[in-house]
Amino acid sequence: MNFDDYRGIWVYLEVKDGNIAPVSLELLGAGRQLADKRKTELAGVLIGSSVKQLASTAFTYGADVVYVYDNPIFVYYRTEPYMRALLDCCEKHKPEVLLYGATPTGKDLASAIATDLPTGLTADTTILDIEEDTGLLLASRPAFGGNIMATILCKKYRPQMATVRPKVMKALPPDPSRTGKIVEEHIELREEDMRTKVLEIVREAKKARIDEADIIVAGGKGMGSKEGFQLIHQLAEVLGGAVGASRDVVEAGWIDHHHQVGQTGVTVTPKIYFAIGISGAIQHVVGMQNSELIIAINKDPNAPIFQSCHYGIVGDAFEIVPLLIERFKEEIPKVKAAADVKEEIRHA
Amino acid sequence: MLHIVACIKQVPDTKIIKMNPKTNTMDRASAPAILNPYDAHAVEEAVRLKKKYGGTVSVLTMGPPPAVKAIKKCIELGADEGYMISDRAFAGADTLATSYALTKALEKIAKQRPIDLVICGKMTIDGDTGQVGPGIARRLHIPPLTGVKKVVEINKEKGYAIVHRKLEDGYEVVRSTLPCLFTVEKDINDISFAPLPNMIKAARYQPTIWTADDLEDVDRKQLGLKGSPTIVSKVWAPPKPEGGELLEGSTKEKVEQLLSLVLVKKELFQ
Repeated sequence: MNFDDYRGIWVYLEVKDGNIAPVSLELLGAGRQLADKRKTELAGVLIGSSVKQLASTAFTYGADVVYVYDNPIFVYYRTEPYMRALLDCCEKHKPEVLLYGATPTGKDLASAIATDLPTGLTADTTILDIEEDTGLLLASRPAFGGNIMATILCKKYRPQMATVRPKVMKALPPDPSRTGKIVEEHIELREEDMRTKVLEIVREAKKARIDEADIIVAGGKGMGSKEGFQLIHQLAEVLGGAVGASRDVVEAGWIDHHHQVGQTGVTVTPKIYFAIGISGAIQHVVGMQNSELIIAINKDPNAPIFQSCHYGIVGDAFEIVPLLIERFKEEIPKVKAAADVKEEIRHA
Repeated sequence: MLHIVACIKQVPDTKIIKMNPKTNTMDRASAPAILNPYDAHAVEEAVRLKKKYGGTVSVLTMGPPPAVKAIKKCIELGADEGYMISDRAFAGADTLATSYALTKALEKIAKQRPIDLVICGKMTIDGDTGQVGPGIARRLHIPPLTGVKKVVEINKEKGYAIVHRKLEDGYEVVRSTLPCLFTVEKDINDISFAPLPNMIKAARYQPTIWTADDLEDVDRKQLGLKGSPTIVSKVWAPPKPEGGELLEGSTKEKVEQLLSLVLVKKELFQ
């Protein structure tokens, strides 16, 4: 393998609901930095049906080149046709680095590609860097349930591949004046050769999506029981926020998995994050550390969560939370009323 | 009659694992070894499918000799046969080398009894990658179906399976040719209690154990550390954040301070 043949930082551009998925835009931001450091091109690979026009979005978020595979066979994500297209692209244009969002689709595709190429693949990366002179990708990720961080290298194979968690990297501010080169690619694929068929897509009613909430009230094992955990729900309701949970709470069956914040749950970035009765294992912290304001309540003064919050209260949640609920019930209507008055004055 | 093989792993319970603060290494002895929780759901589903359609459930693992315990756990859950590949040659394998070794074992198992379906847990709780299942599917040249949360139908005669695959905001109904490979979500089933006869069988059960030499057409360069393109260059304790300001005073005073900190973000409450 001649490493000099492999150039450029690539991002697999996942398409979601007719747009480029937010995580892919974040990766273009991260990829731009790597590409600049390495003085090379940043490219996106776009696979789908009627997706060519999305290339311009990729340019505004930092891509120099977009390779497009546009074909009705790609209307739904399926491992086989997508893998064939991306393998084709890798063989033709030989990227040095290829990044994917650590979404169900990104992980599925990346695992297949890594096996076929073959090459190394680092999962759920949270920190990315590249050696300027050698091009060696330094992909760091929490390991062993988040107890440690590990930096993973792929020295002997190219491309170097990683999946990256959503919301960990930052997208660049979009620059509408940026343009780039669209390279249209074609690959011979016949529907009758495909071994899987998507029969139906069922969208479920949106549950309170914690990844989109401005306020999250998250509870941990310190809430004692499923009944005790109700306090978390109550506070969230008063604040108009969503409910989050640590892994052990989900495993104890107090709440559904889609409320879990952290390495094996959801990464969140609300404006306010309450961590109540949560000890603060790193695997939880990696999922919420980018929140704007983090408030921790825990009776153990040595709980690691106090290292990862902006403000902390050492004390008993069963005393503090009911008080908070009571006081917020009194104060929030006042904030609302004040806003209404302002609105009226403006209209007057 | 279906032949389903579940690939499983014995893992340290990462919830309990402790770090040695001096060396920043894991104290593996501090964590009990358990059957990877996602794999327990894979075995449970295999056993349910066997009960519905008839057939045999085998389990396969790669690991050091004590991993036999994880196979016994699967026999308790209702698996019929257990296979283990165990050899120093497999040590240090990343996901690529692991899927290679497991595939070689699956090929050997398939020679004895053709495999209709491979089921894996969605991921292991020590590696957290979810890469081995799809890797096996690619190597066996069968379709991978990741994130399966419900098996609707398996039709061996007509050679297809229909499943629900989890999406971020729902699920998709997918039909695949058989054989294929599923990786399963936790919500696919609830683990049943092991009936007493299974427990007795498990206590006496000795799995088939193969070394690298027992497998056929093995390229040793693809095994273990040698066959692993990824290497861990550095292991470090996550950076300790500086820590926040602790609010002082009586409980009431603390609550009032907190209130003012939160309500300052007025726009969230209007």
